[in-house]
Formats: sequence, structure tokens, C-alpha cells
Amino acid sequence: MKKFILKRLGLAAISLFLLSLTIFLLIRISGDPAVLLAEPGASAADLQAIRNQFGLDRPLWVQYVSFISHLFRGDFGQSFYYRTDVFELYLSRLPASLLLAAAAMVFSLVIGIPTGIIAAVRVNKWQDSIGKIFALLGLSMPSFWVGLVMILFFSVYLGWLPSSGSGTIWHLVMPAIALGWVFAAAHMRLTRSSMLEVLGSEYVKLARLKGLPEALVISKHAFKNALIPVLTLAGVNLVIMVNVAVIVETVFAWPGVGRLLFEGINFRDFPVVQASILLGGTMIVVVNLLVDILYAVIDPRIRYEG
Amino acid sequence: MNGTAANSRSVSTVLALPSRLAFIRSEGFPLIPSLILLMITLVAILAPVLAPHNPEVGVLGDRFRPPAWQTGGTTDHLLGTDHLGRDVLSRLIFGSRISVVVGLMVIIVAGAVGTALGIISGYLGRWVDQVIMRVTDAWLALPALMLAIFLAAIVGPGISNIIIILAAVWWTRYARVIRGEVLSIRERDFVRLAVVAGCSKWKIMRMHILPNVINSAIVLATLQLGQVIIAEAGLSFLGVGVPPPLPAWGLMLADGKKGLMAGYWWLTVLPGGCIMLMVLSANLLGDWLRVKFDPQLRQL
Amino acid sequence: MTGPLLDIRRLSTHYVSARGTRVTRAVDDVTLSLDQGQTLGIVGESGSGKTTLALTLLRMLPPAARIVSGEMLFEGSDLIKKPENEMRRIRGKRIAMILQDPMMSLNPLFTVGDQVAEPIRVHEGTPRRSAWKRATELLKAVRIAAPETRVGEYPHQLSGGMRQRIVGAIAISCEPRILIADEPTTSLDVTIQAQYLNLLRDLQRSHNLALIFITHNLGIVAKMCDQVAVMYAGRMVEAGPVKQIYNAPAHPYTRALLESIPRLGDNRQRLTAIDGQPPDPSAPPPGCAFHPRCPKVMDRCRSEAPPEFRVTDTQTSRCWLSAPAAR
Repeated sequence: MKKFILKRLGLAAISLFLLSLTIFLLIRISGDPAVLLAEPGASAADLQAIRNQFGLDRPLWVQYVSFISHLFRGDFGQSFYYRTDVFELYLSRLPASLLLAAAAMVFSLVIGIPTGIIAAVRVNKWQDSIGKIFALLGLSMPSFWVGLVMILFFSVYLGWLPSSGSGTIWHLVMPAIALGWVFAAAHMRLTRSSMLEVLGSEYVKLARLKGLPEALVISKHAFKNALIPVLTLAGVNLVIMVNVAVIVETVFAWPGVGRLLFEGINFRDFPVVQASILLGGTMIVVVNLLVDILYAVIDPRIRYEG
Repeated sequence: MNGTAANSRSVSTVLALPSRLAFIRSEGFPLIPSLILLMITLVAILAPVLAPHNPEVGVLGDRFRPPAWQTGGTTDHLLGTDHLGRDVLSRLIFGSRISVVVGLMVIIVAGAVGTALGIISGYLGRWVDQVIMRVTDAWLALPALMLAIFLAAIVGPGISNIIIILAAVWWTRYARVIRGEVLSIRERDFVRLAVVAGCSKWKIMRMHILPNVINSAIVLATLQLGQVIIAEAGLSFLGVGVPPPLPAWGLMLADGKKGLMAGYWWLTVLPGGCIMLMVLSANLLGDWLRVKFDPQLRQL
Repeated sequence: MTGPLLDIRRLSTHYVSARGTRVTRAVDDVTLSLDQGQTLGIVGESGSGKTTLALTLLRMLPPAARIVSGEMLFEGSDLIKKPENEMRRIRGKRIAMILQDPMMSLNPLFTVGDQVAEPIRVHEGTPRRSAWKRATELLKAVRIAAPETRVGEYPHQLSGGMRQRIVGAIAISCEPRILIADEPTTSLDVTIQAQYLNLLRDLQRSHNLALIFITHNLGIVAKMCDQVAVMYAGRMVEAGPVKQIYNAPAHPYTRALLESIPRLGDNRQRLTAIDGQPPDPSAPPPGCAFHPRCPKVMDRCRSEAPPEFRVTDTQTSRCWLSAPAAR
């Protein structure tokens, strides 16, 4: 088990390295980095000052080392707009995004898993068809459009739910559904196909041959095995949700890191944009690592294969 | 097909030439989605002819007119006008151009690059494979949207920029899947025969491997089309995609938000509906293709 | 209890294709019976219907299959007429089955002990702790070393031979009357096969099980079984005591099967095989299904399918050659 964890840690470290390198290079080779790194409306003198400050004339690898060392110290620069440390700014907005992502994830699993199981158990019957249609719709509608339409209905026409901001649980409902909708469809699809595969397996056949009641066959033997790929995907999706939420957060003015990114783009606040990407990517790598480890805990086979 | 050619290349062509249209009658062929896609493409091509008004210029006095069947609407603007008085129907028609062009270009470019790299990586193996795969994995670690936003923020808006950015983000998906296929094709006898016969690696890749992965590439491309269109709409919505005053559907949604609280539903529902229609059709077509041509891709 | 433990009479199971166009007679008019403590080998090539027969017995057929006619009397009552919840009580408890691939038969996420104890807990309502103890004893009974440790391990930690024994332990856990083994040694190493077969035979004797052994391997049947039934294209072409049939096969197919086994000391230059291929189950030849490959084919065989004839008291053969007038 230990070997397994170490190996995964190593791979995660490589991913982080490549991520930072990619971002770094992208900035450096896209035109004049000084323009990006300086505030909008900077004069030529300002640009030169920026060049000196960031050492943009020095060799690339020196710059990279300096870049990385700043990151390690948690120094992501100052926000032009908010005039505070970007890292702190990001961290202050993170809980809101996590809350939204958690709510959306709960929604997607609560809808997705049972529908997937029912569709698999009643494969090719009408329940399955409804499930398939639902999955298809979910994957075809942009999440922000779902959000906008919901606002139209529930805020403008019916007046039931608030259309923006945060604070009460009612503020959470629509953004969570808008964000979780696509993932619900994806989880439903995966649950269905995973369950179908498990239901056709030899050990399920043997379970039936043992004379176990069908409910037990499904809930004990099929369910746990079928869930493994779904939970893996869900774990990975959770952090993707946080990052993809930028659009939903913008629609609902939800004060998370996604909206922060949008503000960064709007106000041309480059340090904010850069930090969002770096931190967002880091979160993904870390969560992937944790999910891999969790996977090994659930499925004993993985521990020994490493 | 002539016999000797068939011997030296074991090709599984997607649509055999003479019986090109026979597949329409095959079971489960998604006729309506395909027709919808065809129609959208035609609308895109014929946009200048079809659109009743100029999509980019509006009369301010005419702003926020509802569609013709509601009170306050006119038949002059069948689907209403937006906040600048521009005709919604014309904008939707011209907007289809952007969706079609961006969508097709991205999947073609990403598909070509991704497939090529996938083949090279899968066939040549060893360090080439390692390098390409590490890069792909690192790239895939970031969700497409984030990276696209970042790149867009750096390089600025514009249609060609968007195409390049989206293609740059999406090629990795092709590379991974195609590489997997190549790994199994590589072991098959007709490839071994070609090696024994002394074909160069490039020739083998081009003549033997490529035709056999084209199916998967096409299926993948169709499945990705929907996602690409949604991504482009998302980017435009955020303001880093297609720049105004171009009538991209995503931009229309961003503008539409301004009128949302006042109940101007047509500015939101109609553009989004178009997006949904196109994506849904692409997804249905892609699903059918996947089931028909390559059951191995089912795990996508 | 009078009468045989298991009495199958004129059983037919057909597969119907999705549009109802093609009918495959997977099991066609099969009659056989089994007493307590008897071992029956069912022999045939793949596609002969032997597995379908086993699945029919346990009413575990896929939706496309239908039991068309006949009866299956187990302890006197017809299994075909039983409702599903009664069948469920019979499966695993009174009739048990071993499948071919032990790796696939065991759930990778649960321990060995859990899976062995499961039928005991479900069928007999035994509490966890005592079921676990019984599982350990069962592992001992199937000759697994260090059963106390093994019982807490997962299937992937065990070798193929051990896994197949565990499947065997699961099968006998509730003391069934009948045990069906469907090609249990096919996926085992040759060296393990003999051990496993010995184990099965000992288990059968000590628990007085009726054993149905499905295989394509005549050698195993000779070793393990008292009775044998030979299947071809869904029909039972010959049945009777092993010794009798192996010494004097009445049906040309059986004879050909026996002759095709190479023997030591056999100084023929070429191996004998049976000409031709087994028929497509959905489109069998008219008359006797074996006639295209039969060295003794007569005109009658091509048009009329032979019924079962009694060759002796205990041996039957479905062949015109065995008709009373012909002898």
C-alpha cells in the first residue's frame, strides 16, 4: 500500500510540475509578457519597471525558478483591482465555490445514481428510455443556459427563488441544479453502463445460483462493484465542478473563485487569472491523487497492483 | 473494390462509395438529428439570403420588441429584437455561421492533430510515446474550459483565436483514444506483414494504421462537436470568445441576461434553444455512429 | 421417498430470436433420471445443449429461452411449475451449481469467508459468527490449507485451483441433494485437475450427493461417473452406465467419440476425428441430426428422426440401428 501511495505522489508531483511549466511558458511566449503582468493602461515606463521586477530579460530557466519559488511561498502577486494578495483573495472565495460544488455534486449523485441503477435493472424498458432521454438532454444543454432559464421561471415568473447572490439555502438551489445538471447526466450514464456490466458478470450469476433474493443480489453484489467507476468519476468531477463553475457563478453572481476569475478577465486583472488557473489545476491534481487512494481502499485488488 | 488493393490494405471504410446512402435505412439511424444538422449548415451557408435584417445594426427605437405572436411584436421582427434593436431572427441565422464554422474547424484541426499524434505515439512507442503521453496527461489534467479561458485571456478575442484555442485544448482527447486503438492494431497480422515486407514506418502509419482509426476519429469528432459548441458559447458568454458585434449565440445569451429580470425571455430562450438543438443533434448522431462503428468506444 | 431424486421427462427448451423468426432447439426431448448418490456425466461438444440443460434445471434461463414441453420432477414435484420464490429457495440449498471460471465467479470485493457464509446465512438464517465458523470448516473440507487465514482473504489473493475449491465449498455449504458441475476443470491447470476431481469425488461420496458432471472430456466421465448421457444437437443420443457404454457403444456418435481418444500403445499412424462439424443449432439437418457425419447412415436416417430405443435394461440409444427389427 505504501508503495502505491508513493508512486501516486510521484506522478502527482510530475503533473504539478508540468502544469506550472505550461502556464509559465504560455505567458512568456504570448507576445509581450510585460503587458499582461502590468496593470491595464500602463505607460512605457511602467512596462519597463515590470520587466525589471520580473526579470523578463533574464534567461528562461532563471525566470522559471523565480516563478516557482514565489508559488511555493504562496506569493501569487497582487490583484490590480482588489489591491490585495491574490492568494488570500482566492482562499477567501474558495469556501463559497466548494459549497456550491458540494451541493451540485450531491444533486448529481442523488439524481444520477438511482436513475442509472433503475435504467440498468429495467434495461430496454420504458424506465430505461426515460433515463436515456434525460441523460441526453443533460449533456446537450449548456449549464449556464439551464441557469438562465431557471431564473426566468423561478425568479421572474414565479418569484419563488432569488436570482443572485448568496446567503440562504434558497440562493443555493438554482446554481447547484444548474451546475450539477450536466454531471447528473454523466453519472447516470456511467452508473447504468457499469451496472449493466456487473449484472452480466459471473459472480452475479453465481449469486443468483446460490439462491439469493434478487434484491440482495443487486444491493450487495452488484451495487458496490458498479459504484466503483462512478465514485471515481464523481471525485474527479467534484474539483472539475469547482473550476467549471465560473460560468454558473457568473450567471448567479455567486461569490466563488469562478466569479473571481470572471472578474479577473473583465477587469484585466492578470494575477487573479493566473492564480485561478494554477490553483484550480493544483486542486485537480490533488483530488485525483486522493481519489486514487480512496479507490485503493475500496477495491482491494488495486492495492497490490500499485 | 479491386482484389489486390484490398489485400495490401485492410481498410474498413466508413461509407463505401457506391452504396453511400444505404446506411440511411439502417436501423436506428438518427434521421431527424442529421436533418437538423444539415439544415443548420444550410442556414449558415445561405445566411445572407435568409436573414431579413442586418444582424449587426439595430434601430434603438425598436429595442426589446417581443416576438411577433406576443403583444407589442411585429411581423417585421418575427422573433423580436434585442437591447440594441437588432433583429433576433437575423442574428440567430448569422449566429449559426459562427457555430458551424467554429465547431467544424475545431474538430477538424483538433482531430487531425490529435489523431496524428495518437498514431505516432502509439506506433513508434518508447520515448516518443512517453513524451507525448506525459504532455497529454498534463494537458488533460486541466478542464478544457479553464485552459481555454486562460488562453483567451492572454491572446485576446477573435474567431480565429477561438478556433486555435479550442483546438489546442481539445486535441488531447483524440490523442489518448487513438493511441489506445493503435496499440491494439499494431499487433495485428496485416501490420506485421507490412513490416516484414519492408515498408517504412511512415508508410505503415499512413496506409495501414490511419484507415483503421479513421472510424474512431470520426465518431469521436461527432461526439466532441457538441462539447466544442457549448465551450464556444461559454467563452463568448464570458466575454473572451467571439467579440461583439458578431452574433454568436453565446454572446446573444450574455446580452440576453440584461433583459432577463424584465422578462424578455426570447433573448435567452431562443439562442440557447438553438445551441441545444445543434448539440443534441450532434450528440444523437455521435451516439449512433459510436454504436454502429466501434463498440469498443462505448466507454467514452 | 420412492422414485428417483431427479426425473426429467421429454424436456425441450427453445431459444426464440428477437423477431420470433428463428427457433433454436437447444434442448430437444431429453429424458434422464438420477438417484441419490449417483453420478451422471453429460457429454457433448459445444453447442450440444448441455449447459442449457443445466440452466433449465435451475430455471436460470435468459429471457430469450423458453421451456417448451416436458417435466422436471425433483423430489417428486415439477420444477417447471414452481413459482420463482420457491425456485430461489431450491437454488443453492437443494440444487447447487459450480461454474467453469472460478476467477469470474467470485466477487472481488468481498472476502472468501463472506462469500462462503452467504448462502448459509440466507437460506438457514444462521447468525454471522456461526456462519463464519462453518465457512472455515467448509474450507477445511475442500482441503484448503490454513483455512483460518484464508477465510479472511480476497479472491485475487488465491490461486486458480484454490478458487475453484472455494466455489465448491460454496456449493456444498447448505448440503444440497444435487450438485451440478459445468466444466469445472476446463480452466484449471492439468496438474491441478486431478486433485480437484478427487476432491469432488470424495465430497460426493461423503455427502451422498447426486452429481451431474457436464464436460466434453470422456476421460473425466470415465473416472468420475457411474452413468453417462451423450448429447448431440440438443438431443440425448445415448445414455446408460459408463462401463456398458464405453465397452459397447450403441450410437455411432458415441463410438466415434470413444475412438477419437488417442491411447498409449495405439500404433495407428493418424488420429481419428469425426468428419464434418457439429450442426448449426438453429438449423439442424432433417431426420437424425448426426446423419451427415455418420459412417453408418441409412436412407431412413435422412428423413426420420429416430426415437429413443432401449438397447438393454439400462442403456438407451437414439439411432435407427438400435431399432428392434434391425438387430
